[in-house]
Amino acid sequence: MKKEKIVYLDNNATTKVALEVAREMKPFFTDLYGNPSSMHYFGGKVQKYSDIARSKVANLLGAKPEEIIFTSCGTESDSTAIFSAIKINPQKKHIITTSVEHPGVLNVCRYLESSKGYKITYLKVDTEGRISLDELKNAINEHTAIISIMWANNETGVVFPVEEAAKIAKSRNVLFHTDAVQAAGKIPIDLKNSKIDMLSISGHKIHAPKGIGVLYVRKGIMFSPFLLGGHQEKGRRAGTENVPYIVGLGRAAELAEKNLKKENSYVKKLRDKLEQGVLKTIENVRINGGRAERLPNTSNISFEYVEGESILMFLSEKGICASSGSACTSGSLDPSHVLLSMRVPLTFAHGSIRFSFSVYNTEEDVDFVLKELPAIIKKLRVISPFSDAKSPSG
Amino acid sequence: MWDYTKKVFDHFKNPRNVGEIENPDAIGEIGNLVCGDALKLTLKIEKGTEKILDAKFKTFGCVSAIASSSALTEIIKGKTLKEAVKITNNEIAEYLGGLPNEKMHCSVMGTEALQAAEKNYRGIKTENPAGNSAEKIICKCFNVSELKILNAIKSNNLKTVEDITNYTKAGGGCGKCKGEIEKIIKDYWGKKEKKQFSSMTVVEKIKHIEDVLSEKVNPKLKKDGGWVELVDLDNSIVKVKFMGVCSGCPSSGQTLKNIVEKELKEKIDENLSVQAE
Repeated sequence: MKKEKIVYLDNNATTKVALEVAREMKPFFTDLYGNPSSMHYFGGKVQKYSDIARSKVANLLGAKPEEIIFTSCGTESDSTAIFSAIKINPQKKHIITTSVEHPGVLNVCRYLESSKGYKITYLKVDTEGRISLDELKNAINEHTAIISIMWANNETGVVFPVEEAAKIAKSRNVLFHTDAVQAAGKIPIDLKNSKIDMLSISGHKIHAPKGIGVLYVRKGIMFSPFLLGGHQEKGRRAGTENVPYIVGLGRAAELAEKNLKKENSYVKKLRDKLEQGVLKTIENVRINGGRAERLPNTSNISFEYVEGESILMFLSEKGICASSGSACTSGSLDPSHVLLSMRVPLTFAHGSIRFSFSVYNTEEDVDFVLKELPAIIKKLRVISPFSDAKSPSG
Repeated sequence: MWDYTKKVFDHFKNPRNVGEIENPDAIGEIGNLVCGDALKLTLKIEKGTEKILDAKFKTFGCVSAIASSSALTEIIKGKTLKEAVKITNNEIAEYLGGLPNEKMHCSVMGTEALQAAEKNYRGIKTENPAGNSAEKIICKCFNVSELKILNAIKSNNLKTVEDITNYTKAGGGCGKCKGEIEKIIKDYWGKKEKKQFSSMTVVEKIKHIEDVLSEKVNPKLKKDGGWVELVDLDNSIVKVKFMGVCSGCPSSGQTLKNIVEKELKEKIDENLSVQAE
């Protein structure tokens, strides 16, 4: 297959595995393939590599190695956290989350609500996608089993004040979980100085492979495992350790820590350049969540009167990869629940595109998008019955 | 990513007949920004022959919505308006080499715009642009009427609520109308599955006719003191005998046509005729 030019701006969906990560993982497939639980030295010696990886991940999060549980993905971490909280608090039937969570949390809450008699408070967001801590305070009651609030939103990049929220939770003696899948590696996380009890991250968002995740569980809090079986991960997550991926995630965490400054300078500059360029060259656009505190790598832009899937397809033609909160891309019929919760007008919501950067993007990538995008929007606006753009003559 | 055919991509990337005809003879508008897709169709129609001389579209929507609109204009150009409105959404989808199931509503939008254009041409007013006027709205999120759902069931042989959502969007929003949609599907196929008269056995046919005679026909005749009895069945000819005061009544010929035959045609089969012995 011919290698085509790809401008990859969909890093909130998944990231490329860093070469350093792939290299570090390789020996663990064919040479160091033993089971760390084995009694022989050949198996036992790989344990040490997984311990090193655990320390590296703990470092990225400002946590202790023993607070790190390796899982299969961010979603497993989210489910584990919520089900643990409700199992150790069986009498408490209330959960607080937000209306803009990732489905990994949202659909667990909806299931508990519709099938298990739980009452769920979905915190609202304002038009910039921000939650209100006052609303959180008022929602907590003696039946609240857990509060789960994402650290940063995957679609808009809007960052939530989870550290303050965790303090509020602590003061009311309620467990606090955060889905930090998008935040990890992009903004500083320091768990030892926070009141967060549980936190999820995912490997493939920080240049490790798909199929590895982490649940941080603060030392000393009650915990009940999700997967039952063997004694792995100190009995907190059964199933043979995925050593190659654990090693890969360790290396990725190390790289992420090193690149954290770059995310907030280099990557942020690329993102801002794209936004300024779009605002300058295309009319009737809006940056969703643009006035809120955001991740440095995420931009969610709405183009009025045109539909997201159509934009994506034309971008894809040019080798540009992005994603959309439009209804048509997901197979559902409504636009993104995040944009709807932010009350983004429907004329804009259907035409939203998310560009998400990584340290591997370049200034040329941004220039290329800025060169191609205006013509794509113009072409679609000519076709659109709602736009005033005139048809080409003849 | 959706599995679009090459032809869908071609019509998306190079849409035919984009724009608006100046001083059009017919305009068909369907959908709105809330729904996420909308189509405005303008037609030039030859007086007298009603031939569609030109068709142009403007569409807000996804890849398949734009491709379906483009395909629609290509299909209808040169056809008479009467021929054109007979086009089903399936024909649009087939023209494009097929559409993903979840995107079939885009082809439905094409046929609806055309129907709206025909109404506009003939001066029939519709109360709202979705063309669902006066019809009971089942899906409030997407403003989908019972009629639209029934039409989709009929022309595409749909059996599940998911199908209905794919073809009409109904049920795809809050989902509260799913129960109602299920009932519409059940009712439609329930009626359909009633056995056709022609495929019944002789005993079934006779029993069916006798039921209609005793439940629908004779109660009417008995008001005047008479009734009919089934004598014979010869293919589609039902032979009956007038009894009571009807026997020898000078107007029994009228009764035969207007009551007995009418009821049997309506309740059993259009092809039945009745003779008196």
